[in-house]
Amino acid sequence: MEVLKIATAGSVDDGKSTLIGRILYDTKSLTSDKLEAIKKTSKQKGYDYLDFSLATDGLVAEREQGITIDVAHIYFSTGNKSYIIADTPGHVEYTRNMVTGASTSQASIILIDARKGVIEQTNRHFFINNLLRVKDIVVAINKMDLVDFSEEKYNAIKKDFEALMSKRDYQDQNITFIPVSALKGDNVVNKSENTPWYNGQTLLEHLELLDSKDIFNIGTPRFPVQYVIRPKTEDFHDFRGYAGKVYGGELSVGDEVVALPSQTKSKIKSIHFYDKTYETASRRSSVTITLEDDINVSRGDMIVKTNDLPIVDKQFTATVCWMDSEKLATGGKYIVQHGVNKVLAKVDQIHHKINPDYSGIDESVDALGMNDIASVSFKLNKPVFYDAFKKHRTNGSFILIDSKSNNTVGAGFIQ
Amino acid sequence: MKDTSHINPLENEAIYIFREVAAQFEKPVLLFSGGKDSITLVRLAQKAFYPAKIPFPLMHIDTGHNFPETIEFRDRLVKELGLELIVRNVQDSIDEGKVREESGKYASRNILQTTTLLDAIDEFKFDACIGGARRDEEKARAKERIFSVRDDFGQWDEKNQRPELFDMLNGEIELGQNVRVFPISNWTELDVWSYIQKEQIEIPSIYFAHTRATFLRDGLIWSADDEVVYREDDELVEERIVRFRTVGDMSCTAAVLSTASDISSVVQEIRDSSISERGARIDDKRSEAAMEKRKQQGYF
Repeated sequence: MEVLKIATAGSVDDGKSTLIGRILYDTKSLTSDKLEAIKKTSKQKGYDYLDFSLATDGLVAEREQGITIDVAHIYFSTGNKSYIIADTPGHVEYTRNMVTGASTSQASIILIDARKGVIEQTNRHFFINNLLRVKDIVVAINKMDLVDFSEEKYNAIKKDFEALMSKRDYQDQNITFIPVSALKGDNVVNKSENTPWYNGQTLLEHLELLDSKDIFNIGTPRFPVQYVIRPKTEDFHDFRGYAGKVYGGELSVGDEVVALPSQTKSKIKSIHFYDKTYETASRRSSVTITLEDDINVSRGDMIVKTNDLPIVDKQFTATVCWMDSEKLATGGKYIVQHGVNKVLAKVDQIHHKINPDYSGIDESVDALGMNDIASVSFKLNKPVFYDAFKKHRTNGSFILIDSKSNNTVGAGFIQ
Repeated sequence: MKDTSHINPLENEAIYIFREVAAQFEKPVLLFSGGKDSITLVRLAQKAFYPAKIPFPLMHIDTGHNFPETIEFRDRLVKELGLELIVRNVQDSIDEGKVREESGKYASRNILQTTTLLDAIDEFKFDACIGGARRDEEKARAKERIFSVRDDFGQWDEKNQRPELFDMLNGEIELGQNVRVFPISNWTELDVWSYIQKEQIEIPSIYFAHTRATFLRDGLIWSADDEVVYREDDELVEERIVRFRTVGDMSCTAAVLSTASDISSVVQEIRDSSISERGARIDDKRSEAAMEKRKQQGYF
């Protein structure tokens, strides 16, 4: 079955968790014991409605404070598709959570409170989805019941949002507007009678029709070697297989390839997936390949087709999202994990920071704090084999690891 | 036509995770309970490293209260696949005075497993423990990372987890820490069953309908095994046709009424079910935050 990963974005109280709960409820994905628990807790809290956010806020602190702290993953299936929703909280560590959620998603839902319209956070949510080049965006204009399902209100918000779109960098993004009430269920799964002026699809109808074939992973084939398989058994005495995931395009037996960084050329001899062999390895498949020639390839190396090479360099400039309370400063040293390859990196220069309200850039910065997004140049101790993020979503991204705390402290998108 | 039988996205993701574990850690171990999720993990690990053998051992933390069918199955699987199996017993932790057996109506050894597990991690210096937990099982687990770092005391700091971006897994840890790894995080219960069906994976017989001596308590059906499961005199034993949906410790795993006697009828039953998988696990019913609390203490 196809799997569609979706990230949600919205400010506190925009009703993200309620929307997810509503989808689960209307698709009958909430089992009776979970529903019973929600009814019981809603009643204890004195609500006269079912608080669906209780279905997703899994931590004690979240339920106590009535907020979502950490990304939660919610699963449901329609028979047509399997869905994974990353519920990403909208405050304090918003960049970290939103970038994390969007990085694994093919689609995003941005929630807007119909009473408040487009606010600064909407700008931020759209900017991050654009930066991460999420292909499909649904703008769910929520709480329509609180503005009497007003078409004028809906159109005004749509117009404001379209003004943001004119500034976007990633033009191929599909953007769809839907008027909903998550609490009452209008246009979420079932078509609403309260919006006769809206002829479009409901939220779920729209998601059902999306092409879920990893839309973000199109480019040229890249095969980062994860692990070398050498069984050394009687039956497979000379077997030397390179295990990894195929990104960006297909690889076939007979393809002329080159191994990086050694630059040694060879041909693909065989493609294995468990005990079967294949002529072609599809995108995103975790296969094992063997080469015609006995060359030296190890973890972190990359096998690519000879006619389409990545950039091989010991430096790059990237858009960095900083996620740690300790600042990133010029001269700072980090581990860059680019796919499965790890190298040491030094911050060479911070070129500019994007203003928190996305109104422009600030060139007078020498350090980045939590949630900052900036253009940063790095020098590396060893070459990496990369593409620009715009061309290759997987091979153009990396994470930054602090070698003192071992924490993942940032994400980068190579320019 | 191109053969595309290798493109199941969840399977590919799990294989990728297994390979990252083997590459990033020195002493990984696969925590094996004999349940369907850990049996699925074994198949995925085979696929990840074929034609080589799985490059790490299996470890079973045996509560001593397992269903005999599970233990029998475990030993056969290990033998057939030529795997290394480590068993550590909760009974030993009790005998050594490290934990105290619970008593009363709801007594279970489920929580006691944590101590035995943490001791075994220490004994073998395991730096990565692979488990079959899934995010759809329980709401605290929905917050779990694929690589989940545990401190020297095996504890989970749920409010300070590393972000996981794209499919890059950060396995950097300090000496003494370990990582819990969940390759089937993104699978649902139905995904697991469908996979077992498609791959024709053998599972213990208690997952299928059978006649069993049982009694009722709190609306749940319990196996009437007087040695392991506490039963009051007025809790009457009756034969029922049941199966188990999860296979844990006998004292905390209830049966469900079912006539599903083969894999396709089990898959159909899960599809139609209106009760969640862990609805028959008394260990989660202790409080709304039962799982979160156990995880903080080092439970897997």
